[in-house]
Amino acid sequence: MGEKKKKIVKTIKVDLDKCNGCRACEVACSAFHAAPKYSSNNPARSRIRVIHEPLRDVYVPVYAGEYAKAECMGRDKYVIDGKEYDECSFCRASCPSRDLFKEPDSALPLKCDMCEDDPPQEKPLCVQWCLNDALTYEEREEEVEEEVKQEDVERGLDSMIDKYGLDKVMDTVTRMALSKKG
Amino acid sequence: MRYAETGFNLEIDLTRGSIERVESDPRLTELHLGGLGTNAKILWDRVPADVEPFSPDNLLIFATGLLCGTPAPGANRTIISTYSPQTLFMGYSMMGGFLAPELKYAGYDKVIFRGKSPNLVYLWINNDKVEIRDASHLRGKGAVETAELIRQELKEPKAQVAAIGLAGENRVYMASIEQGRSSASRLGLGAVMGDKGLKAIAVRGTKDVNVAKPAEFMQLCNEVLQYIKVRAPNLIPEVMPILAGLGSPQEMAHVDEKWHTENFMWGNARTRRKEFWTKEIEEKWKDALETVRTRLISCYNCPMKCGAIISAPGVSTYMMKCFTKLTYTMAAFVDDLDFGFKIAQRATEYGVDGFSMPQAMAFGFELKEAGILTEADFAGCPSDNEGKFYWLLDRIVRREGIGDVLANGTYWAAKQIGKGAEAYAHNVIKKHEQLPLKLGMLNPIYFLMYSTGEKMNITQIEGNFPQAPFSTMELREAFVKDWVQAPNDKFKKYVLDWEFRGERSMPFYPPVEACCEIVDWQEKMHHIDDALGLCAGLSSFPLKPPYHIHNLPTLISAATGIDMDEDGLTQIFNRNRTLVRAINVRRGLRRADEKPPEDHWKKRFPELEAQLLDGYYKFKGWNHEGIPTKESLHELGLDYVAEDFLQRGILTDNEGTPSKETSAETKKK
Repeated sequence: MGEKKKKIVKTIKVDLDKCNGCRACEVACSAFHAAPKYSSNNPARSRIRVIHEPLRDVYVPVYAGEYAKAECMGRDKYVIDGKEYDECSFCRASCPSRDLFKEPDSALPLKCDMCEDDPPQEKPLCVQWCLNDALTYEEREEEVEEEVKQEDVERGLDSMIDKYGLDKVMDTVTRMALSKKG
Repeated sequence: MRYAETGFNLEIDLTRGSIERVESDPRLTELHLGGLGTNAKILWDRVPADVEPFSPDNLLIFATGLLCGTPAPGANRTIISTYSPQTLFMGYSMMGGFLAPELKYAGYDKVIFRGKSPNLVYLWINNDKVEIRDASHLRGKGAVETAELIRQELKEPKAQVAAIGLAGENRVYMASIEQGRSSASRLGLGAVMGDKGLKAIAVRGTKDVNVAKPAEFMQLCNEVLQYIKVRAPNLIPEVMPILAGLGSPQEMAHVDEKWHTENFMWGNARTRRKEFWTKEIEEKWKDALETVRTRLISCYNCPMKCGAIISAPGVSTYMMKCFTKLTYTMAAFVDDLDFGFKIAQRATEYGVDGFSMPQAMAFGFELKEAGILTEADFAGCPSDNEGKFYWLLDRIVRREGIGDVLANGTYWAAKQIGKGAEAYAHNVIKKHEQLPLKLGMLNPIYFLMYSTGEKMNITQIEGNFPQAPFSTMELREAFVKDWVQAPNDKFKKYVLDWEFRGERSMPFYPPVEACCEIVDWQEKMHHIDDALGLCAGLSSFPLKPPYHIHNLPTLISAATGIDMDEDGLTQIFNRNRTLVRAINVRRGLRRADEKPPEDHWKKRFPELEAQLLDGYYKFKGWNHEGIPTKESLHELGLDYVAEDFLQRGILTDNEGTPSKETSAETKKK
């Protein structure tokens, strides 16, 4: 059995219906992450952006997630309650397909860090500045078992054997094991 | 490094097609802050007094306020200044929205236009890249439509766009400049933009805006937000619902329009409908509002939701705020609010002022009923109230037939029509249409604000002091208890002592001196907002706002690094306020122009009114004619104004006796 570990899961709940499109979240985020802290602000550097198209009533605050080297092969389009959202509206990636979540001067990717800081903030700044509660912060503790399941390893090896044959896989594993030891 | 501001203006010569980036003098920031203050300075310095609004020499200035683009909540106002075709005075109108912060992020404090473009163009500012682009394909397009087309054409969905519609292109005197959910509507600035051949300005900026004392500044911003959280839901009793909280009048949120519909005048600011607000109307109007209103929306970095996305059946979606919801409905005597939302959509695309336009139309129809305008003038006009307003709106915006005359606003149209039409243009101050409000007893505070205001628009002058006494002592005491915004305890006493009846009631209470202080304070707050780019809805307009005279100096210091205290800020206000007056005095403004409409109140007190005006002029350091004296100009560091006045004979060395008694009223257009 694996070890049980406690993990804090930080969540920002985004209520699209409550967003009034003011972009205070962008202001607070970029000010917090300026160096020195709060010395400047610039929404283009913000790790949260409000994708908004007032005439279509589209208001989507999105957080910067992982950097993606390449564009997706296809694009998603969501229709929710009859309202169509643009491609990539809900995507958090900093990727080549759009200019979101990149430093405007260096083009380096940006990523939300939940304002983890010393001393810690009670909530991320964007949540603190969202007086309309479109953004709310939730923290919960989860117990996770950290274990490597035997069947997962077997499933992976099975497919390798299917493809390359048992002998080849065994040869390779043996050689790799020897060279690692050596 | 410059803090809060960028330190650069764009100078655009539309005649030559030239673009320059010019560094501004940091000393001007210390003297005038920014926004309206520095706009006034530029107009005084660079536009001679005799320049016509539609002259290539007139400037059209799009300015950000000093705090726009910093994290200060609600610092998002664009202050546009020029000479108004309607009043011929300095016209300054403002809008919230998203343009001003974007301009700061692009690296500019102001965009200053001069000259006239031979073809219709628009300006595209993308950080350091600025270009004048052809707009001939946008001719005749709606203001909202234009913004969308430009964003598509530039492939820049994040660009902020301010544009004129057909009204501005045709130099209609009440043409506005529209920017999505906001508009600079009053005083015909859109007409000047159209005259310059400028269809729109589009901006995209991705640079930093810096502040001088980061931690302190952010702390102050947080305090403002915390205060809003507490104050906004805590409504002040006895104050009409749309004004009891914070923000600009909450017309998009509230259904209850009893106060407006029964106290404001219908038609051409004449008819009061005292029993209008019935249960049935309330339900109908509630339904109309809730059907079309998709979402309540804000301006940049502001938690208040004063605007709304409006999708009325059969017309394209647009955005609305404040009072336009009612002005067309009431001017046209239509009992159905749905009409208001639909005609406002067309009016927004045309780009017109939601106050002046309905009034000009109602004025036109009144002249027809009076036989001053004829059936021939209205040939083809439908007979129903809704239809005829659509018909006339189309004519005015296209300047066709009678529409060409009415497009100049009620004051100039009446002059042109003659035959007694002037008596029907009864609701103007300084040639500008006012709220359709007619009341009983003279309110001495409002008398002064209406008379002396140079924004020509009461909602941009009034604010922090209650509009009427509270009915009981308990309410008064409760009001003053946590009234931290009052400049000093004297103001609390005025509120405590103010009664509906008896000795301490209007028009003789508050006394003249108190009225001067109250008006000066309210005007001060507006002027500070207009220099900083703060929305009045968080500052000078509502009762007990988050920004006030006691916390603004620290905020300015933290943002800019300039040493500032209340006295210093008051001095800047006096300087800016006086400079606006000086510009207008140089263009002919005199005491005779400073009067509310004759019929604004039923009960008038000529003697008291003269005392009020005298008292206020004295309080401000102006002479009997309302002209700033040499001494007061000197105190404000405005000796160059005094010299100019002496040279022109507006002031003489023999102080207090003006040599010229001309009034702008009598000046020919």
